[in-house]
Amino acid sequence: MDGGWLLLAILFSSLGPGIAIFFLPEHRQGLRTALNLGGAGTKLALVGVLLAGVLRGDEYRFSLPLMPGIDLVLAADALSLLFASLSAVLWFVTTVYAIGYLEGSPRRSRFFGFFSLCVSATVGIALSGNLITFLIFYEILTLATWPLVVHRGTPAALRAGRLYLAYTLTSGLVLFTAIVWLTLLAGAEGFTPGGYLDGLAETHATTLQILFVLLMIGFGVKAALVPLHSWLPIAMVAPAPVSALLHAVAVVKAGAFGIIRVVNDVYGTELAIELGLTAGLLVVAAITIVYGSIQALRTDDLKQRLAFSTISQVSYIILGVALAGPLGIIGGLVHLVHQGITKITLFFCAGNFAETLGIHRISELDGVGRRMPLTMLAFTLGALGMIGLPPLAGFVTKWHLGLGALEAGMPWVLGVLVLSSLLNAAYFLPPVIRGWLGERREPWHEPLQAHAGPTRFETHWMLLFPVVFTAALGLLVGLFAGLGLSPLGWVSLIVRRDYSLPEFGL
Amino acid sequence: MTPANAEWLPAAIAGLVALSLVVAVLATAWPRQAHRVGLLGALAITAWVLGLSALFLNAGPDPEAAATRVALGGWEAPLGLMLHLDGLSMTLLVLTAVVGLATSLYSLGYVHDRIERRQFWPLWLWLWAGLNMLFLSGDAFNLYITLEVVSLSAVALVAFTGTAAAVSGAVRYLLVNILGSLSFLMGVVLLFGEHGVLDLLLLETRTEAGPTERMAAVLMTAGLMLKAALFPLHVWLAPAHGSAPAPVSAVLSGLVVTGSFYLILRLWMGVFAPLATPAFGILVGMLGVAALVWGSLQALRAGRLKSIVAYSTVAQFGYLLVAFPLMLVDPGAWRVVVFFAVVHALAKASVFLAAGTLQHAAGHDRLADLGDVLRARPRTVFALGLAGVSLMGLPFTGGFIAKYLLLEAGLGTVLAGSVIGVLWVLAIAGGGLLAAAYILRMVAPAFHRGHEDAGEAVSPWMDWVPLGLATVAALAGLAGTLTLNTLALTPGAP
Repeated sequence: MDGGWLLLAILFSSLGPGIAIFFLPEHRQGLRTALNLGGAGTKLALVGVLLAGVLRGDEYRFSLPLMPGIDLVLAADALSLLFASLSAVLWFVTTVYAIGYLEGSPRRSRFFGFFSLCVSATVGIALSGNLITFLIFYEILTLATWPLVVHRGTPAALRAGRLYLAYTLTSGLVLFTAIVWLTLLAGAEGFTPGGYLDGLAETHATTLQILFVLLMIGFGVKAALVPLHSWLPIAMVAPAPVSALLHAVAVVKAGAFGIIRVVNDVYGTELAIELGLTAGLLVVAAITIVYGSIQALRTDDLKQRLAFSTISQVSYIILGVALAGPLGIIGGLVHLVHQGITKITLFFCAGNFAETLGIHRISELDGVGRRMPLTMLAFTLGALGMIGLPPLAGFVTKWHLGLGALEAGMPWVLGVLVLSSLLNAAYFLPPVIRGWLGERREPWHEPLQAHAGPTRFETHWMLLFPVVFTAALGLLVGLFAGLGLSPLGWVSLIVRRDYSLPEFGL
Repeated sequence: MTPANAEWLPAAIAGLVALSLVVAVLATAWPRQAHRVGLLGALAITAWVLGLSALFLNAGPDPEAAATRVALGGWEAPLGLMLHLDGLSMTLLVLTAVVGLATSLYSLGYVHDRIERRQFWPLWLWLWAGLNMLFLSGDAFNLYITLEVVSLSAVALVAFTGTAAAVSGAVRYLLVNILGSLSFLMGVVLLFGEHGVLDLLLLETRTEAGPTERMAAVLMTAGLMLKAALFPLHVWLAPAHGSAPAPVSAVLSGLVVTGSFYLILRLWMGVFAPLATPAFGILVGMLGVAALVWGSLQALRAGRLKSIVAYSTVAQFGYLLVAFPLMLVDPGAWRVVVFFAVVHALAKASVFLAAGTLQHAAGHDRLADLGDVLRARPRTVFALGLAGVSLMGLPFTGGFIAKYLLLEAGLGTVLAGSVIGVLWVLAIAGGGLLAAAYILRMVAPAFHRGHEDAGEAVSPWMDWVPLGLATVAALAGLAGTLTLNTLALTPGAP
């Protein structure tokens, strides 16, 4: 159990405060904020320690017997740290944002309790050392997210919650069955770079194919693969911090991360190619990318457009993994981070517009750049990043995905990328253009000022700071992609270290 | 086994029986102080059972060494009465102690009327003593006696509030119990007439698949199925469990039903084992699937909180029936079934206790009008939800581990080439979705936007005990290995 305590501490740094917050009376605002920020800060620091340790090459592992022969295993490899540090950083930012966003609204203890539970589950997913542990945290995430989706308590929110549960619980059962089946066949192995199913490939090829499809259905719902995506655009009725959690920090990421784990660490890319599994996944991802973009074009609601954009963008990750070559995997993994940073910026901006000025639709954005220049600037950076304009984050992704497609000898994927970039531009440029160049004739409604009084900046500072921070982060990870500790540098390290793939040039 | 254990274990077993009886007698003889006797007794019995389990586990890991038979009064079977402790009875004794202690603490707050207190505590302590003796009995007649003690005190507990609904529920429950007991007794008589012994271990060595055994098996199993409310003999359960006071419902759904199921399992693993054929297994499994679907649909339609929970018991016991054909393929799966029953008992008891708190606060349990109270009592709703998660079989709870093991056994039969196994797997997996749907019905109103009204004040016991027990049900997820290892200390079982 080398350094297992560190993994546990990371888990409990959000779980502990979360449980404490549940029991806090509603009016203990100061203590609640302290617990929230304390937990988020501690987690960030601990993940930093872990990061340094893994870079040094230390082993971290914790295991606890659950059933005869089956253990709960937490382990830290480079891949789990990619996800863990992403969610730790973004959680900190989202916590600040949520505190500002929910100021004065009822039932905050319940909200932040489940909020912390969600993040604990996400970190658990990141640090899971085998499929069963992954499943446990994955299902906890489902359950902990539901109260957040229905938090507003309106009929629309409850409908969204029901749909969310119907999709995720059903797919969870499919996943459950598949994992039990796989464990019966192959034992409760830990994640192994290159996979651990080689011994079964000869005798159980068909079973492995069926299991792969079941696993993809299980993870595909959260990763919002078409046709399993319908819950995501409807869940956008949730408050903005929850949307950030769903789209950037936790839920869709958990699905995508599961697919990465299955392809790379359970089946292994070689076996997945041999069984023809990556080809199918590639087609589904390509369809999802195009379909999400087209749907995004058709809606006027800002958050809904962002939601459809997520469907499309998360499939970039899947696409990269399904390309099954080193460059493709780099493109996919790095997009896990890039999409998170960019999409959280956009959702924060949408939340700021809605909270400060009551704007929900794109057609109402005219002239908002003059009233809220910093938020609009952040939105612009996010949008351009999504489109893939150099030197922003999205460009780094698309560049590697394109190279990966050529390397894999599938030039048609390049076509998908170009088409999707054009569509991205088509649905992201109108709000940007309206915001900067449009003109507003009547005065703004100011719902925030109406109930909280005038603010020093263009909006509450706790809403503004996270937006500026994540937008700057999106710019920096693109600009300094060449550095060793940038997401790209880290992902290259993962691919080189864990997958021992042949040398490749960038 | 260390020498100290060899001396202590039989004494500890006899002592447990004596202690349970003394506490029950004291409470009966001294009704004014019944609640104080009850509380002290509950703590003492729980401590004793935990101590016993430590002795028992310490005597392992050889099942023959750990399992202990005590001849009362020095008379060995077939003449005398035998007490019998093995891994199966130990597990259920611990379960009874945990649920019993929680129920006792809860009742301190729930039963506050002076008159009611005098009636409740003696009855409840007799029920507990009966359960302890039931799990320790080693012969068929003794089982019948203890079963009667349990049933009659349970009937009285359903009726003790004296309301019209409670009395009519109790009368129905009484008739069912008498019918079930008679049927069981006739089976016992048949076996005794044929083989001349009552001791279960002796019977096991003498029985074969003959017509007498078949008849006895039908009679005894039908009687117990009626008592355990196993589909299709479940119709009495919802009115009886739904109308009883909350702590009583918790004990009925958590322990009494499990006790009857324990007997079925005990008999079919031992005396009737030669009679189990694959066709019979499939029939039982089909009944289980029907129970799952029917019970869940009723729970989805029911308008009252406690009815939902009661129908959920019918549905959840369907899993136990579905597991029967799995045991025929993989005999070792019986331990999974017991673990499932244990986890279900913990979760179900806490759901009933939580429902009782809500009912007490609101003055009724009509789901449609319960929203205000649900919104104002997040702690109780959280307990309801946490125990509900265990019933759904989702992590991180005991229910998840149980579901995992059941699913593993089910898939094992499919991989072994059984086509019907696919149905069992679908039922085991799909049942969780149905459970999620009816749990959500109870919890979701708490999240609607609307008025809040905490209703009548409830005692801190009623506020915290459901949450505590639900936490225990969730943490049972960590006790999977321990429970399965304890169960492995059952000699003669696969």
